Amino acid sequence: MVTEKEVQHIAGLADIGINTEELAEFTSRFNAILDYFDVLDRVQGEGAVSCDLSNVMREDVVEPSLPQAEVLKNAGAQEDGFIKAPRVM
Amino acid sequence: MAAHEITFEPDDRYNAFLTTCNKAPHGDGKLGGIAVAVKDNISTKGIETTCGSKILKGYIPPYDAHVVDLLKQSGAAIAGKTNMDEFGMGTTTENSSFGPTLNPCDITRVPGGSSGGSAAAIAAGMVRMALGTDTGGSIRCPAAFCGIVGLKPTYGRVSRYGLIAYANSLEQIGPMAQNVSDVSLLMQVIAGHDRRDTTSYNKPYTHIPSPDIKGIKIGIPQEYFGQGVDNNVAEVTKRAIFRLEELGATTVPCSIPSMEYALAAYYVTCTSEASSNLARFDGVRYGPAADTKKSWHDAYREVRESNFGTEVRRRIMLGTFALSSGYYGKYYAKAQVARENIKKDFSRIFSEVDVIAGPTMPTIAFKFGEKSDPLSMYLADILTVPANLAGIPAISVPCGTVEGMPVGLQIMGKPFEDERVVDVACAYEQVVSR
Amino acid sequence: MTETEMQVIVGLEVHCQLDTKSKLFCGCSTDYRNDGPNTHVCPVCLGLPGSMPVLNKKAIEYAMRVGKALNSAVLNESEFSRKNYFYPDLNKAYQVTQYDKPLAEGGYLEIEGDTGGEKRVRLTRIHVEEDPGRLVHMGNAERGRYSLVDYNRAGIPLIEIVSEPDMRSPKEARKFLNKLRATLEYLGVFDSEKEGSLRVDANISIKGSERVEVKNISSYKGVEKALNFELTRQKNLLRRGLKVDRETRHFLEARGITQSARSKEQEHDYRYFPEPDLRPLHVQSWVADINLPELPDARRERFMAQYGCSLNHARTLTGELRLANFYEKVVAADPRGLATLAATWIADTLIGELNYRDMSLDLVDTKSFTGLIRLIKEGTITDKNGVEVLRVMLDQLHNKAACETPEDIVERLNLAKTSGDDGALKGIVSEVIAQNPKAVEDYRNGKNGALNFLVGQAMKKTRGRSDPGELNRIMVESLKNKGA
Repeated sequence: MVTEKEVQHIAGLADIGINTEELAEFTSRFNAILDYFDVLDRVQGEGAVSCDLSNVMREDVVEPSLPQAEVLKNAGAQEDGFIKAPRVM
Repeated sequence: MAAHEITFEPDDRYNAFLTTCNKAPHGDGKLGGIAVAVKDNISTKGIETTCGSKILKGYIPPYDAHVVDLLKQSGAAIAGKTNMDEFGMGTTTENSSFGPTLNPCDITRVPGGSSGGSAAAIAAGMVRMALGTDTGGSIRCPAAFCGIVGLKPTYGRVSRYGLIAYANSLEQIGPMAQNVSDVSLLMQVIAGHDRRDTTSYNKPYTHIPSPDIKGIKIGIPQEYFGQGVDNNVAEVTKRAIFRLEELGATTVPCSIPSMEYALAAYYVTCTSEASSNLARFDGVRYGPAADTKKSWHDAYREVRESNFGTEVRRRIMLGTFALSSGYYGKYYAKAQVARENIKKDFSRIFSEVDVIAGPTMPTIAFKFGEKSDPLSMYLADILTVPANLAGIPAISVPCGTVEGMPVGLQIMGKPFEDERVVDVACAYEQVVSR
Repeated sequence: MTETEMQVIVGLEVHCQLDTKSKLFCGCSTDYRNDGPNTHVCPVCLGLPGSMPVLNKKAIEYAMRVGKALNSAVLNESEFSRKNYFYPDLNKAYQVTQYDKPLAEGGYLEIEGDTGGEKRVRLTRIHVEEDPGRLVHMGNAERGRYSLVDYNRAGIPLIEIVSEPDMRSPKEARKFLNKLRATLEYLGVFDSEKEGSLRVDANISIKGSERVEVKNISSYKGVEKALNFELTRQKNLLRRGLKVDRETRHFLEARGITQSARSKEQEHDYRYFPEPDLRPLHVQSWVADINLPELPDARRERFMAQYGCSLNHARTLTGELRLANFYEKVVAADPRGLATLAATWIADTLIGELNYRDMSLDLVDTKSFTGLIRLIKEGTITDKNGVEVLRVMLDQLHNKAACETPEDIVERLNLAKTSGDDGALKGIVSEVIAQNPKAVEDYRNGKNGALNFLVGQAMKKTRGRSDPGELNRIMVESLKNKGA
């Protein structure tokens, strides 16, 4: 069982907003789903994940990069070729 | 290379498309001149790609997904980008930020999801073929609900390079069309190794479907016909399987005990991976711009709260929780053990049978708004998620109706035996068309 | 706790950029330093939705070379994980790194301990990860603060080497870093002259007190400075009876201080899980085939044996790959004749002159330098004028990347040693004696320092062109004669 406070904490961890109107319903649905997940407690086994593919690598060869304009094309704001971002306070 | 173009101006009354390419260039080749729709979570250079979400509104990828390269090389005309549940999270396409898609068979019902747009476009005759993606049933469900054919390939058989990730270890791009022959043709074009996708295998698909299934053993899992599956749907499916027996196949009852926790394992895995995959959407490099006058965390939170729908936020939170310190062992780690058990169950069954058959979905297409509770929506995926967890190929082919709505027959096969799964579907399709 | 009871405990986490041609997970060129922002970027290292990483084999080979050289054990199975956190320079909002299955564990590096003799600093682990982008902070309180991001650096391969807390002083930390840097350069996997190619997080505590982490120190000198500052700060707190808080601090290089980092980043839950887009590594069997080149310690021993270098000179010369290579090139033509002279001139003079000019050894061509050493050996110029010639050469190389030959400089500036023509020298010596009666008297009264003074005056008159030994001899003779 997670409380509304814990739900807000998780929202903080994920940097996702949950507004106060949503919180109660969100929390109860969240708990219903977590309850359902409890069935995993019954899972037994090693689970050494069988991996048939390993050591997949490429040679150290240079390939063309995107032109700067393409990199900046979708950015909300840019300055002198840099992408502008909010400052971490 | 594109020497020609087609005009594509469909009457899209079902809201199947988010973007249509009215003048679609194309070349010559296997798919020369054929209009193919592409689900909107597959990157298309120069064409807006939104994943059905506001947070990617206006995003124009500077590159094509590998499968789009292959479509172009085979001469296909990219007709447009189809509607979907936001980031693939949903079973009905009701979670799209740009309005739901209607089911052409009954516009009061959902087309299924998350590749609802692709399915509806085909069912309505707007395009002959489309690409969808399947993480937990997102190709097969809409194929079943709309009465078309959809294949989820073996994991790793089709490159994911350019597929905007929801759950990396579960999803595949796959072909959807009116019939098995077209699904197989499209699979020929998109399957094969891509050095840009480290999880892809060198297993090209060159098969022409064959309806000869004499001697094939079909496993019938009790869990696919038990509690939670609508009786009428079960009946229609059983009758379809009987038709296969008439063609020379034999059925073998079997059981998949790990189905008990398959759905939980699926949702823990996909939400965990999604919580990480979707963290990059911050309005800095693409998407609705972050307010650079705010502080980083405030701006970031604001972009995500306003532009992610409720279901997406819910799944990100579930995944964040499942991976968080103290809970990793209980959830994510356990889910991977569960996956191993599911793979072992299938392996055991496949040592006795060649394919497994059952209904694709436990019911016919829901009415809009019918599944308002998220958990009851998740439970609808129970029959489709096992194939994703095990990485095996699975196809849905229409096999009858209930209350006038299509029912899908699901055929699952051994890893890399997509060809056989296609053959069984082809055999069924041929026998009913006679 | 008294001063002597305050045992210092230091551990380091060192991040070095591996010198591959392309990035860790994509083919973008790693040679970004002279180019504009966001010009070495592709969908993969920009983290565009739908992009996928493909591992650079060379980065793993390089990291394994380091593991072998540092006596670490490469794990049988190694894998990449996602470290999830949000920051503008981290464009996927996760860093692909290695968490519970690193490339190698254990190992050690031997350094010159504070108490003399060799000291072994143990290593915890070695792993590979990607570098994030680079942030430039802009604006101010009035106009509003914001950041500018350049993703050229995003995806550059990093090797992270974590030490056990075995160091006992900031000085040992510096020695560890220097040795590590040299070793990585000798292995051919790292170039220390590339700006920002090395970053260090240091942990320092006084035994019995809390541990402080100092993050993101980006220069070798910075590490010792930062740790010295921290040590003083911690000792002061303890002396005043206060507690040292367990915290993360940042080093402000320009001011030489550490400052508390009161940010959300401190209490991070990184939610690590295996990277689903990459496959595991089974590379333990590759270790046997790795051939290590000659490493610093072995080269030092060889310099002493082969060239007769003193321990100190050998240590200095092998302390940097460039220096060691330079030395061997210079003496190659005539090892027997040039070895000792070159060692002295490089270790005791050249390094200092280069540091003074903030100049790279790469700019000095061995031909010119060898030419200079020969002139000194042949007695064509005095040591003093040798330094003059060197300075002229270095200034030219620094400004124009080319220089006159040492012979031309000597001729142009008239710096050649005057021939052992006693006549000319005698004349100068007589002048000096005549002009400095007090010094002459001091000499007669037994003050030998006066002799040096007189010889120095004579050297000045010859503008350094005469051999001090010669002048000394003539001076002593003349004074004897005069005195008689």
